[in-house]
Amino acid sequence: MGIADLSFWAFAITLITGGLFTVVARNPVHSVLWLILSFLSAAGLFVLIGAEFVAMLLIIVYVGAVAVLFLFVVMMLDVDFAALKAEMATYVPVAGLIGIVLLMQLGIAFGNWQFSEGIEGRLGNPTPSLDVAHNTQALGLILYDRYFLLFQLAGLILLVAMVGAIVLTLRHRVDVKRQDVVAQMMRDPKKAMELKDVKPGQGL
Amino acid sequence: MIAADLAIMIPEIILAIFAMAGLLMAVYTTKDGMAPALTFGTAIVLVIVAFYIGVTGEGTRIAFDGMFVDDAFARFAKVTILLSAAAVLVVGQDYMQKNNLLRFEYPMLVVLAVIGMMVMVSAGDLIALYMGLELQSLALYVVAALRRDSVKSTEAGLKYFVLGALSSGLLLYGASLVYGFAGTTGFAGIIDATAGGDVSIGLLLGLVFVTAGLAFKVSAAPFHMWTPDVYEGAPTAITALFATAPKVAAMALFARVVHDAFGNAVGDWQQIVAFLAVFSMFLGSIAAIGQTDIKRLMAYSSIAHMGFALMGLASGTAQGVEAMLIYMAIYVTMNIGAFAFIMTMEKDGRHITTISSLASFSSRQPAKAMALLLLMFSLAGVPPLLGFFGKYAVLWAAIEADMIWLAVAGVIASVIGAYYYLRIVYLMYFGEDREGLDGRMTLAPFVALMAAAIIMLAGIVNLFGIEGLAEAAAQTLVN
Repeated sequence: MGIADLSFWAFAITLITGGLFTVVARNPVHSVLWLILSFLSAAGLFVLIGAEFVAMLLIIVYVGAVAVLFLFVVMMLDVDFAALKAEMATYVPVAGLIGIVLLMQLGIAFGNWQFSEGIEGRLGNPTPSLDVAHNTQALGLILYDRYFLLFQLAGLILLVAMVGAIVLTLRHRVDVKRQDVVAQMMRDPKKAMELKDVKPGQGL
Repeated sequence: MIAADLAIMIPEIILAIFAMAGLLMAVYTTKDGMAPALTFGTAIVLVIVAFYIGVTGEGTRIAFDGMFVDDAFARFAKVTILLSAAAVLVVGQDYMQKNNLLRFEYPMLVVLAVIGMMVMVSAGDLIALYMGLELQSLALYVVAALRRDSVKSTEAGLKYFVLGALSSGLLLYGASLVYGFAGTTGFAGIIDATAGGDVSIGLLLGLVFVTAGLAFKVSAAPFHMWTPDVYEGAPTAITALFATAPKVAAMALFARVVHDAFGNAVGDWQQIVAFLAVFSMFLGSIAAIGQTDIKRLMAYSSIAHMGFALMGLASGTAQGVEAMLIYMAIYVTMNIGAFAFIMTMEKDGRHITTISSLASFSSRQPAKAMALLLLMFSLAGVPPLLGFFGKYAVLWAAIEADMIWLAVAGVIASVIGAYYYLRIVYLMYFGEDREGLDGRMTLAPFVALMAAAIIMLAGIVNLFGIEGLAEAAAQTLVN
């Protein structure tokens, strides 16, 4: 068994263990940490098959941003996971039944999976081979050329997401005092305060 | 190469630039103060683009390696979508303003949703289909929850979002199975792969999942659960939007997928679509009977109507697609009229949507009651109104395709469904006289209500010539 095989098994087993504990861990913070472990092992698997760009993307985007965001959400929102789980438990039989039916259907489908005739002609290779262009270059080539339309549409979807988040959450509260630098500088000290000469024993 | 491709997409590009420019302009000026002008301007731009597509488009043009298709079918659907979205914007403006919901993002989100719908009906690739679908859905989730201080509106948005995400997941899973079988995501490649008529179980499962995802978007039973809650919870002007343009887009997308990609497996999807049609028609007709809220009633009514439109699709012929297109165009017109009325249902300055508030409405507002009567009769499919011709077209398409049982089921469902439309009419004319609606209609909803009612009568002469257009559109899709 070469070093590549050994690392494959190590990553694969860690990935599955991480996935399992993400689901069964009682503490949601632990779940997120297990999730990060599975992301990292998946990145390792990507490196093994020579897709280093996707591996780095997985680490930077998923571990670096998404999982950390998860962690914040889990820690900052006061969600009662135990109550949620208790409510979920009532649906377990139905969900299990649907799951088993689906699993059986997929078993039938994948048991003797057939490819269509002449699939080789349709498959084609959208990216040039690794000798000509490395991963990043190849992805860039199809993303900005062949999939230009889809790339731009994805941009529009992100714009909607951004506008939507602002529409649904941004509030201009009127009862909050905000700092207005210009108003502060233009303030006339003479009008801002008044000196009163209070005579002893008389008051105002 | 890219310039030629982009030239085909000019309408979409214009709308995208308009949406971005509108957002920037409003942000840097008076923000929500711009909203009324922006809403009206958006409607004008949508109408102009609709005319541009209708007048200049001809032939079949394909862009981006078949990812984007501009043909007569796409143009018919696009014009319907653009005009109905514009109508909803204009009609709903007063309602939004009165309820303090007219924010400048609203028309811009509608434009972005419309771009998504236009990509959907022009999709020639599973990925393009998904992108269009998500662009449309995401914008609609946001507008559903626009009234964020109301629990119901927020719930509607959240429910729509979660169930929509689930259906997108189903659709994506199906798409991946289809890709696994065919080796390509392009519709042209998929239809090639099934040319011999051999459909493996894997492809069949993929087809089922894709159909289920699409059925959710058209709110066909048994994937309809979100519809009543979302219709009830969303602000009424937004509900009017949900009931019109997205339905046309999803239905056209449905037709495109089953014919363009699975045109060689008609027998396989036909039974699924026929089942969806029958289930939707009966569920929509029966469940609507017990409703007390008119928005929920319209939700079940839309489920039933989607069943009828799917019946046209289930026949699997060009005639069926033509009937479906005619049905959708008529359905959208009826709904704009009906919602123009529902939006202005008011009592003591408050918007109410209970059906019982319509009691003896005819004695106070005979003209409006008459218009509503025509619309309700038309929705029920009473001859000789326009709604009858829509139903007639789909029933005839089903009979021609030797699916007589489907047509019979449709007739029975339509008789059951007639009950609740007639109940509204009964309440208006013979209901016990109580304090009912006292709101006044502003110009735009009044014109929309009257125009829709007049179209229901005048359209029976020649359906305004849409029959020929729909036929040409259907011919390009099914060949």
